[in-house]
Parts: sequence; structure tokens; C-alpha cells
Amino acid sequence: MAVLQFREALRAAMTEEMERDDTIFLMGEEVAQYNGAYKVSEGMLDQFGPERVIDTPISESGFSGLGVGAAMNGLRPIIEFMTWNFSFVAIDQILNNAAKIRYMSGGQFKVPIVFRGANGAAGQLAATHNTSVESIYATVPGLKVVAPSNPDDAKGLLKASIRDDNPVVFLESEVLYGMKGEVSDDKDYIIPIGKARIAREGKDITIVAHGNVYWRAMNVADRLVEAGYDPEVIDLRTIRPLDINTVTESVRKTNRCVIMDESNPFASISSEVAYQIQERVFDHLDSPVIRVTAKDTPAPFAKNLMDHYMPSEEDAYQACLRAMYVT
Amino acid sequence: MAVLIVERRAKVVQRKRAKSKSSTASTNGSAGSALESLEKHSVVKPVDISVSFPGYPAGSYNHRDLGLTDETVLGIYHTMLLQRRFEQRANQMYGKQKIGGFLHLYIGQEAVSAGTAAAIEIGKDSVITAYRDHGIALALGMSADECMAELFGKTDGCSKGKGGSMHFFSREKRLFGGHGIVGAHVPVGGGIAFAHKYKGDGGVCLAFYGDGAVGQGGIHEAMNLASLLKLPIIFIIENNEYAMGTATHRAFGHTEFTHLSVGYDIPASQVDGMDALSVCKALQDHIAMAREFQPSLLEIKTYRYLGHSVSDPQKYRTKEELDQKKEDDPIIRMKAYVIDEGLADNDALDLVDTSVKKEVKAAVDFAENSETPDLEKIFENVYEENDYPFLA
Amino acid sequence: MAIPIEMPKLSDTMEEGVVVAWLAEEGQKVSAGDIIAQVETDKATMDLEIYDDGFLLKRVVGEGDSVSIGGLIAVLGDEGEDISSLLAEYSTGNNGSARDSGHTSSDDQADNKSSKAGAAGAPAATPAETVEEISALVQSGGEAKILPPSSSGRNISEKSTSEKSMSGRSMSERSMSERSMSEKSMSGSRVKASPLARRLASERGIDMESVRGSGPEGRIVKRDIESYVPAPMKTEPVFAPKRGRTDLPAGSDSYTSLPLSQMRKAIARRLAESKFKSPHFYLTADFDMRKAVAARIQLNELAARREQQKVSFNDLVTKSCALALRDNKWVNASYLEEEGEIRFHDNIDVAIAVAIDEGLITPIIRNADAKSLGQIAAETRELAARARKKELQPEEYSGSTFTTSNLGMFGIDEFTAIINPPNACILAIGAVRDTPVVENGQVVAGKRMKVTLSCDHRVVDGAAGARFLASVRQYLEDPLSMLL
Repeated sequence: MAVLQFREALRAAMTEEMERDDTIFLMGEEVAQYNGAYKVSEGMLDQFGPERVIDTPISESGFSGLGVGAAMNGLRPIIEFMTWNFSFVAIDQILNNAAKIRYMSGGQFKVPIVFRGANGAAGQLAATHNTSVESIYATVPGLKVVAPSNPDDAKGLLKASIRDDNPVVFLESEVLYGMKGEVSDDKDYIIPIGKARIAREGKDITIVAHGNVYWRAMNVADRLVEAGYDPEVIDLRTIRPLDINTVTESVRKTNRCVIMDESNPFASISSEVAYQIQERVFDHLDSPVIRVTAKDTPAPFAKNLMDHYMPSEEDAYQACLRAMYVT
Repeated sequence: MAVLIVERRAKVVQRKRAKSKSSTASTNGSAGSALESLEKHSVVKPVDISVSFPGYPAGSYNHRDLGLTDETVLGIYHTMLLQRRFEQRANQMYGKQKIGGFLHLYIGQEAVSAGTAAAIEIGKDSVITAYRDHGIALALGMSADECMAELFGKTDGCSKGKGGSMHFFSREKRLFGGHGIVGAHVPVGGGIAFAHKYKGDGGVCLAFYGDGAVGQGGIHEAMNLASLLKLPIIFIIENNEYAMGTATHRAFGHTEFTHLSVGYDIPASQVDGMDALSVCKALQDHIAMAREFQPSLLEIKTYRYLGHSVSDPQKYRTKEELDQKKEDDPIIRMKAYVIDEGLADNDALDLVDTSVKKEVKAAVDFAENSETPDLEKIFENVYEENDYPFLA
Repeated sequence: MAIPIEMPKLSDTMEEGVVVAWLAEEGQKVSAGDIIAQVETDKATMDLEIYDDGFLLKRVVGEGDSVSIGGLIAVLGDEGEDISSLLAEYSTGNNGSARDSGHTSSDDQADNKSSKAGAAGAPAATPAETVEEISALVQSGGEAKILPPSSSGRNISEKSTSEKSMSGRSMSERSMSERSMSEKSMSGSRVKASPLARRLASERGIDMESVRGSGPEGRIVKRDIESYVPAPMKTEPVFAPKRGRTDLPAGSDSYTSLPLSQMRKAIARRLAESKFKSPHFYLTADFDMRKAVAARIQLNELAARREQQKVSFNDLVTKSCALALRDNKWVNASYLEEEGEIRFHDNIDVAIAVAIDEGLITPIIRNADAKSLGQIAAETRELAARARKKELQPEEYSGSTFTTSNLGMFGIDEFTAIINPPNACILAIGAVRDTPVVENGQVVAGKRMKVTLSCDHRVVDGAAGARFLASVRQYLEDPLSMLL
């Protein structure tokens, strides 16, 4: 085990996989000479050369499509979006070409590609630069969507994503890049895609979260413990396929659930999880599933508004109390 | 090769119109006076494009000069006729509701696919195209059976009934699709070419798209990336003059598509797409460049006889225009060439037609008799894993 | 504008009340200040006063029905007003017991109704008549009609009877049928419960309609099922002999059962809680009562001349305790766990346990330290009398700071009592007895009284309790000091 930053864990995953498999290459804006806009790919140009660590012009549609074609023709591209906000000009490449070509070709062409980059809110960047894209991509059959919350998961899940034969949308968080944590140095350290993690065991209420907001959920759990309750926290880790069984098993035990989600609430991961809970364990619910999400607005610029926009720990704490009927 | 080198005598001056004048300048009536005014009062001058691009006219090439055997030429004739008969029958089957969804027919453009197939190494080089894909599929050697079955939505279709008319694929023939979103497959073509270069397998990628796709941003991004990364790709505009119902002059400020290459610093040429041999020659030259990792642009001037799709009433063009174009039919041209060159006589070519008709009829029977996909196949090939939807 | 009459909170410990008697009929015009029903709480039987004018449109519950606080009891409004939407709003578990099948106390009236129908020439209708059936009868002018019993039909014959008596056939056909519809939809009204609670109740064979929901809008949630204790159907004592349990030895299989009253349940809950939660310890003292006996004789002679209430030993003890509490703030205190504090009360409010038929109640002498013996005597007698008649108002028995319990009149010399929360102590008072005592080496006739102070050790320590008793002793053994 080594203590690595989130970005270093991602780099370790890519580097180890590229050392293992020559068909893997990294492409994106500023990934090579600049060493990565967020320094995730720092040093990789020197190690692998310009044939495998490739700078692109600002043309997400072009290089995303290029990645898809390369994947169809036998390579395993890692396409970096500086942030996922910029993926929207390339969205057709992801949700039509990457996701559906296997299906439309009757299984003749697979698209083993990883699209990765910073997702979600990162402060006062206003509306276009603070989007949580998971529900947009998770709605597309054919894509896998992964959202690690910590360095160790980042490494294990990115390695799994690179080795996966499906297109994977890999969601990082700008605000987590600097986070340090113990990371496995096993060259074959794989965390299977589609497995949630029970971050804290408890019996009174289940709190579901993923990515950056997972840490808020843990703070809420700490407050609940101080108040004498015993919450369970689940880090989804993978959005699609969704490990709903881990969630429902927890709800069977706790009978209550609060979902924290940085996305806008409408038709979001939180709504999907809530729907599946009522579908699968309706008879185990003692209170309605409550969601605590970003406000249903574009992300604002003003500091106070942006703070208000984010799903707050206080709201989540109160939601937990309401779910337990103790307010 | 020398003929392909673009001569840049262009003195490109960025046209910078005053905002207030832009509206008048863009209408034909006052354009002249607006430009005159601009020249008088501003250092900014109108674009002076004096770039010349090579062309490959029809009727200019003998197959022996192109290194094609007599059999290859007869093969070109055969595939063109097969495409024509196949699509005519498909049109009929659509009317009989054996085929659902969209049906975009290629009739009139057969020389493009036939000339292409004669120029490339099938199985080594890659092809990706748009939704008008039946012709190239048959030209690459995909069977009429699997193609017709796909149109019928049957399990023996080339995409197992999951793709339909717009989404023909063949890993064996390296047809990377049949794509329905206009222009979106062209960057994918760039990636296919990237992989050819990365793997060093000597293959090149031919990315076909229509004139209507030229306005899509992804194509320009792909050309730019190909130029930067020196990809073995040929961007091929099948210009059939209409983007659905919109004539090229109504869709583009500048209709000389070869000029687009200037912005990306790649060679370009134009070929008459009604002559398969001209197409073959042009592609031979472009492929040779691609094998040396020089991407290029090829505009093929062609014409489709039928509507954009079966449901198109074709109000946007006159019957006279269509009749005039049909006089230069690519199959008739090739038939004349074959007879003129003494490769086969009329009777022999009639036999070809007879056998093609039989082949197509058999394909219809094959498609009819093929099974519809089992319902559980709906979950197949969504993911690599076989246990999707993962949770019951 | 229909006005819902809800079960009020009539005591600090009340969670539900039983409507023991209706004093107004459906359809009757009522005015603000009228008493429309009597409600038995865990402490007393209270008058249910209304605060609005109007017609009593509906008595939602029958006599003997138990209703939780906030549950709907009745509806006031304008004559003929449609109250279906209001009823639907309340059709939840919080007053669900009213709709518990077979739980209405109106069976008799239902029988009356059916016999009326019978008198009109119809074959006996089933008791489970629905509004539709009744209205059909009304519309057909009482002509005989045999109507199939509706399986979902709620027994509302009581209501229908009064409807008839109120407006009879003058009610338009349309409004009747509307009311029928609304009644019907109400009869299908659902109990609000969490899915989990529903499943648990099903597994345990608990009828959801008999469970009180503690969640939002009366939603029955998991904890309500887990804490569910089957409630008696009626609080009226029912001395129906029951067959004994078969697992008991032969010969002991005969008993009678008395359903738990609200008061018994309250006593059980509060005293058990006290005994479990507050660690009790006991201090017993034996007071010399000779001077108190003498003083009482003098006082009562005075009282007789003034035609005042006589003073009892207990009144002397009350006064002594009140004065002693002034100097012993730890005894006049409460240990409040939830607030995280010990509260020293400024007032000295001494409660006196009074035995009544169903149990006991503790009326309070407020500011007893400031009251004269005569005042204490008069007040105590008056409160005790009303307590026995169950006429005490909640504020008369809620919120004491100290309690005494006297079993001396039963010849009990000494006993221990359970603290009345949130008091810190209770004083158990024995009989004043003649006993030989040794005084200056001589055995002489003495008057003695034993008291035992139960102390909540969370707030009162041994020395504090002892100091208090010493203080009480000083007042009782030298009664004149009470006057200083």
C-alpha cells in the first residue's frame, strides 16, 4: 500500500495498464506536453512517447469519435475530457456510437473505450462548468458508468474500466484530485465494476451516495452517530450497472433510506435508486425514500448561491431524522 | 501522383463584412454592389480563390492502365447490376411492408461503390459510410441474402436484425457501418485509420459521407485531427447534389467542397462518380497517399435517381433534371465499356442480368424464410457480458 | 364551513381518550361553550366543550370508542353541508379505531333501525345496513325492499337514523345520493401506513385499523406495530365470565376480567417508568406527634367556631412538608434527563394521593407553603371530593413538585411509596399511633407517626433527604413554628 493522491492513483492505473497492454493509449486535451490539465497524466508522455500519449486540439467530437473508431479497430483508448462538461459537444459519439455500435452490428464490433475526466461541481464556475453528468450517461444502455469516491477505488475501478470490453464513462471529481489515501500497489488490483461498497454499517437508516458527495454523506453519518443513531452508508462506486442489491439488502435491514446526489434531481441517479428501492423492497420501507440533491436549477455563480445549490449536510441530516420519524 | 499535388495559388483574404452590410451582401441581387463598396472603402478584400484541384473525368480511363483484370471489370458490372436489382426489389418489398423503417436507396450511385471495391484491398482496408449503405455492402462482397435479411429484420441479417437498412456491418469485409447520424461516423473513421497506423497493419480507412454531412462539425474536427496525426484516411464526399431535399447551393456558402482541404492542409481531388473506372482510378491514387499516412479529401460527383428515402415525394427537383441525369447511367456506361472493350457480348451481359435477378429473388426468399430474432435476443450484445440486464 | 372536533389533549400524560357519553344528537344545533360529550382520559372524565356555533353534523365515534389526541370525534358545520372531503382527510389510522369493525357502540341502534325497517313491512334487514340501503328505504317511503348486504358497507345506521330524524324526506334525492357516495368512498378509506408496517401487521395478524399511527398524518410506522398492544374494545367494565386458560392447573380456570381503563394504563405506565428509571432509596423517621395532636385539637375547636373545615394530621404534614421544602431545594426538584438538567422549582406545589374507585389521582395544593392550615384543609377536602367524582381538571392534578401519600387511615404504620415523576421525592405517611416511649429514662405514653421518604437518587442524596426529614420533624414536633 502506498499513500497516493486521487490523481496519482488514476495515473498509476493508466500507467500500469499501458505497461501491460500496448493497445492502450491516452488521448485528450493537454494530456501530453502540458502533463494534464489536472496533472493526472503527469510524466506519461515521457514514459510512453507521443504515439501513446496524444495531445488533441479542442475538438471533443473529433477525438471522442476517433477513440470509438480506434476501439472498433482493435485498440483500447482512454479518452480524457478535461471536464465532463465538455463532453456534451461529443455526446453523440458517446451515447450513439460508443454505446450502440456493438448492438447495431449484431455484436460484430465491440468498443472497449474509457472516457474519463472531472465530473460535477467544482466551485464558482457557473452553470456550464458544474454539471453532474452521471444520469445523462447512465440512461444509455451499452455504457457503464463508474464514479469512485477515493484514491483506492479510483485505481481499482479505472484498471477494471480499462480492461472492460464495454465503453465506460469514468467520472472523477476535480475537488477530489488532491485527496490522499492508501492505494493498493498490486499491478492487478481490480475492483469489479458494478459493486457498491458498504462504507459504514448501521441499522437505523441507509444513506446512499457516490463520488464527491459520498464524503458529505459520511459527515452526515457522523452527526447521526453523535445524536445516538446508527446509520449505514453505501458508496455506489458504479452507477451503471447499479448494484441495487447492496442497497436493497441494506434497506431491508434499516427500513429507511436517504439518497444524496450532486446531480439535478429530475430523472437522476437518486430518482432511479429510489424507484428501484420501492420496486424491490416496498414492503420493507417504513418511510418514503428521501432525496437530497443539487437544487433543480443550473449551477449559479455567486458563492452563497453555489453553496446553497449543493446538497447540504444539514438537509441530509434533517432528512435522515424525518425518515426515522424523530423530528 | 503529381496530379494530386494541390497547387496553392490561393490568395485567401479573410472576408470581413461589416455587420450592417452582411444581410445585403448575402443576397444575390445586391451582392455585386456590396462587394464593390467593400473594395473601395476597406483594406479587407473578398476571397480570391484560385486554387485548382485535379479532376478525374468520366470516360478517361482504360481498365488495363489501372491494373484491373478483365474479370475485375466484369465484376464491377456484376456488382453494379446486383445493387440496382437488389434495391429495386427492396423498394418493392418495402411497398409490400416486408421492410419497415427507413429505406434509403442508392440507385444511380452504383459506380461509386463498385469503383471503390475495385480499388481497395477488401479485408485489409476499412470502410465506414452513412445510412445509404446497401451498395457498398454488396460491392464489398456481402451477400444479397444477409443484406436482404437485415432489411427484413431477420436473425440471418448482416447485423442479426439489430441494425436494419441504415446499419449494415461486416467485420469480415471490414465494413464498419452503416451509420444513421449524419456526419457522426466520420470521426469514427478517423479512429479506424488511427488504429491502422498504430498497429502498423498497412490498412487505410475510407470514410464516405454525403454532401449533406459536409456542414457537420465532426467532419471538420476529423479532418483536422487526421491532418495533425497523419492518419491513413480518405474523406470521401459522395456528392449526389441533395441533402435530403436541400440542394447543395442552398446548404453551403461555398459549394466547391475540394476547397475545404485547404483549411486542413490536405490534398484533394474531384471525380466523376458516374464512371466506376474514374472512381477506381481516383481512389487508387488517394489510397496510395493514405498508405504513406497522408490523409486526403475526395469529392465524388454522383446522383441518386430515387428520393432521399422511399417516402420522399421529390418536389425539390424537376423530372427533366432527373431524366437528363439518367442518360448518363453508370451501368449503361459500364455495359458499353465492356462491349466496346470486347470483354463480353450483349447476350453474355443479359445472362449476367438474369443471374443477378435470380440472386436477388433468392435473397428475398431467404429473407422471408429467415427467423425473426427470439425475444430474448433483445438483451444480447448490449454489453460484452451475457448476463445483461445483470439483475432479473 | 365544516369544523372538525378533534380529541383534545386533556392531561399531560394523555395519549388517547374515550368518548364515554354523547350529550348532543347529530343534527342538533349547538353553540360555542356547549358540552357535546364526555371524555375519559387517563386521569378523569372531562367535558368536551365546543368553541363554534353550528350543527352537529356527525358523531364520528360511538360511545366507548377510544380516540387518540388529534383524532376526529365529531364534525360541526352548516345544516346539510357535505363533509365527505373532511372525513376523507381524517380517514387515517389516528382515529381508525372508530371504524374498527364491530367496534362501534351503535349496534343497539342498528338493531333498532332494522326493527324499524321491519315495522314498515320489510323483512328484517341485516344490521350492516349501508347509507345506500337506508336512503333507498327513505326514498321508497319505507316500502319494503330487500337489499343485499354490502360486504364493504360500513355500519352507519346510527347516523342514518339521525339524518332521518333531522330532515327526513325533505332532503333532496340528489344530496342523499351524493352523501351516499361520499359515505361509500369513506367506507373504503384507507389506513395510512408504511409498507413495512403493513407487512409486519399482516405477519402478526394485527388489524391495521386498531393501530394508532405516530408518523406524519397519522401514518402507522414500524414502531407503532412493534409497540402495539391490543386495546380493549370498550372501556366500560365488562364482567363477562371467560373461559380460563387451558395451560393452568385444573381448578384455577375461572376468573373475571376487567379491561384496562385509561387510568390503570396511565398508572401502570408512569409508575413502572418511575421505578425503572429513578433509583429509589428510602429514609424512615418516627416523629413525636404529641404537640401536633394537642395543636390539632385547639385548631379544630377554633375551626368549629368559625365553621371552617377541620384540620387533619395530613394537613399538618402537608403544611410541614411545604415549609420544609422551602429550605430543601434538592427535594423540591426534578431530574430532567432529556433537558439535561436538574430543575429547582420556585413554587412549592404539594400533591396529595387520593384513592378513587378506579385507582388514584394526585390533586395539588398549589403554593402550599404560603397557605394557611385552614386553606390547605379546605382545599384538600374539596379536591378529594371532586377527584372521586372524576371531575378534576388537568391543571388540578398535573405539575406538582412533591407528593405525599397517607395510608394512616387504614391503620398502616409505615410503607414505601413510588415516586410520582417528575418529583424527586414522595412521602409515605403512616398512622399516628399510641406507643410507649422512653423519656428521661421513664416509659411514658407517646404519640408517634412514621414517615418514609422515597428519594430519587439521581437528584436527592441521602444527606439531603435526611435534612429534609429533619426539617419536617421540626415543624411537626413543634407546630407553633409553622406560624413563624
